[in-house]
Amino acid sequence: MLNDPAALIIRKKIWDGYVLLELKSPRIARRAKPGQFLMVRVSDQPYPLLRRPLSIHARHEGSVEIFFARSGLGTAILADKKTGETLDILGPLGRGFSIPTAVKGKTFGLVGGGRGIAPLYFLARELQAKGGRPRVFYGGKSEADLPLLRKLASQKMEVFISTDDGSAGFPGLVTAMLEKELARSARPAQVYACGPDRMMKKIAEIAAEVKIPAQLSLEAIMGCGIGACWGCVRKMRRPGGTEWVKICEDGPVFWASEVIWDVDRRQK
Amino acid sequence: MKKRGPQGKRESVDLSVDLGFLRLRNPVLAASGTFGYGLEFKPYINLRKLGGIVVKGLYFNPRPGNPPPRLAESPSGLINSIGLQGIGVRAFCEKVLPQLQGLDTPIIVNVCGETDEEYAAVIDYLNKDGRIAAYELNISCPNVRKEGRCPALSPDHTFSLVRLAKETSRLPLVIKLSPNVTDIVSVARAAEEAGADALSLINTLLAMAVDIETRRPRLASTFGGLSGPAIKPVALRMVCQVAASVRIPVIGMGGIMTGRDALEFLIVGAKAVEVGTANLVDPGASARIIGEIGEFCRQKKIKRIHDIVGTLKMDDSPASR
Repeated sequence: MLNDPAALIIRKKIWDGYVLLELKSPRIARRAKPGQFLMVRVSDQPYPLLRRPLSIHARHEGSVEIFFARSGLGTAILADKKTGETLDILGPLGRGFSIPTAVKGKTFGLVGGGRGIAPLYFLARELQAKGGRPRVFYGGKSEADLPLLRKLASQKMEVFISTDDGSAGFPGLVTAMLEKELARSARPAQVYACGPDRMMKKIAEIAAEVKIPAQLSLEAIMGCGIGACWGCVRKMRRPGGTEWVKICEDGPVFWASEVIWDVDRRQK
Repeated sequence: MKKRGPQGKRESVDLSVDLGFLRLRNPVLAASGTFGYGLEFKPYINLRKLGGIVVKGLYFNPRPGNPPPRLAESPSGLINSIGLQGIGVRAFCEKVLPQLQGLDTPIIVNVCGETDEEYAAVIDYLNKDGRIAAYELNISCPNVRKEGRCPALSPDHTFSLVRLAKETSRLPLVIKLSPNVTDIVSVARAAEEAGADALSLINTLLAMAVDIETRRPRLASTFGGLSGPAIKPVALRMVCQVAASVRIPVIGMGGIMTGRDALEFLIVGAKAVEVGTANLVDPGASARIIGEIGEFCRQKKIKRIHDIVGTLKMDDSPASR
């Protein structure tokens, strides 16, 4: 948890609607764990005012990567930043994915929807480093939503892709592809997922049905990212009832069994 | 406050301010609701540098808060409807206060209540604790009752509530006012007459935002409170009006992002300022702002920050006209 006011952009990659930035920030890179995020200041002007929460996509010696979709005003400004510019970032923030002590030889299902693939790459690399076998389920609306396919495949991960429009891989939702795979192959030790709420809710149902523990990385509009404003809450099961729990501090990763899915109609 | 820069000895500036009931090492306090219970900021800022910390509003019991979405960004602003989710007085005294002890930075507790009696109960409970410097009575949160109702919308309710709180309190009372009124001076005067030791203003402006795709309010509770740079001119006008109309100290706030913003509030008559939304954007904002105020004073050869308070130059009409 520290503020790096001038993390240098040392690499940039763009696709149609998606951007990857590699940021030089040795102290944050050293501390980063899969599932944690950064709060990125997109402008030194008062609009847009708030930092944007972006999960850490990869870690290298001395640097971290962020991968995001150009989805609104903040990410559009961020997408236009160039190599050689600096970003004011806070991180690494939040509680990341919990990785079991015995990973060696085990398979793990990693399910990413669209930009939700971002934290799963970091997790997959970590699992590989510990001798685990990540199987990545990567879904999008169409082939253009799967820009990281080659990157994943190049790291010798088993990758399954799906598209809603059938333009590549399994035609249909990534959750349907996951269900199909679970039915025909050995069950993974755990499922990790990040994506839109509807996908996450389905993952939670599937995991409960086949009795595999699942961890979900949730998204929320955040005010501060450090637990001070209580703006980013979601309803969670807690001893003695339910509670609005802060995504930024107690998450962003939660056990699927904790989350209560009275999905707000405002969330698309 | 002497500092040695690389060029040798720098001019010293006395940034301390005297609120009468409390002396602050500098005029910058962290505003309630934007600074958590203070501890959240420890990794990012030296809490000892702050003039004071106003911790998040406390009800007597833990409070669940409002359903999400609780935040909506707007041009140069933030609309929030947190609903004062919080841990209650007991957990605050047992778990938080011990960790803030020994800071030597005044801790001001923002006091809330569903009813007037609850405000008194919170104060009565906290009175027993010797680690609190003052109370800020939150009579102006727009997010806990329907349509932004709160005691600070009425001079009469303000008067009776402040009097009750004053009778209960062993500590100085700062009353936090709402901008969602036609005549803030009448509410300020009511609070002063009832025995307030100081006033702080402004709380957030009642606001809303709509998602045109879904045609739904962006906030689950429809309305929320607008803060950030967007509200600074309104806040400044109100602080100017109130400071000209009461004798007790006024603490100004609303959209302060820089030392220059803070100085505007001091010039129109605020003895101190609270920094709010800026803390969310930049957890080191309060310390930066203190530095910027000091730097301005050095440049202008102002020896004491006190000398700048209420020095607005007017050609003719008084500010309150």
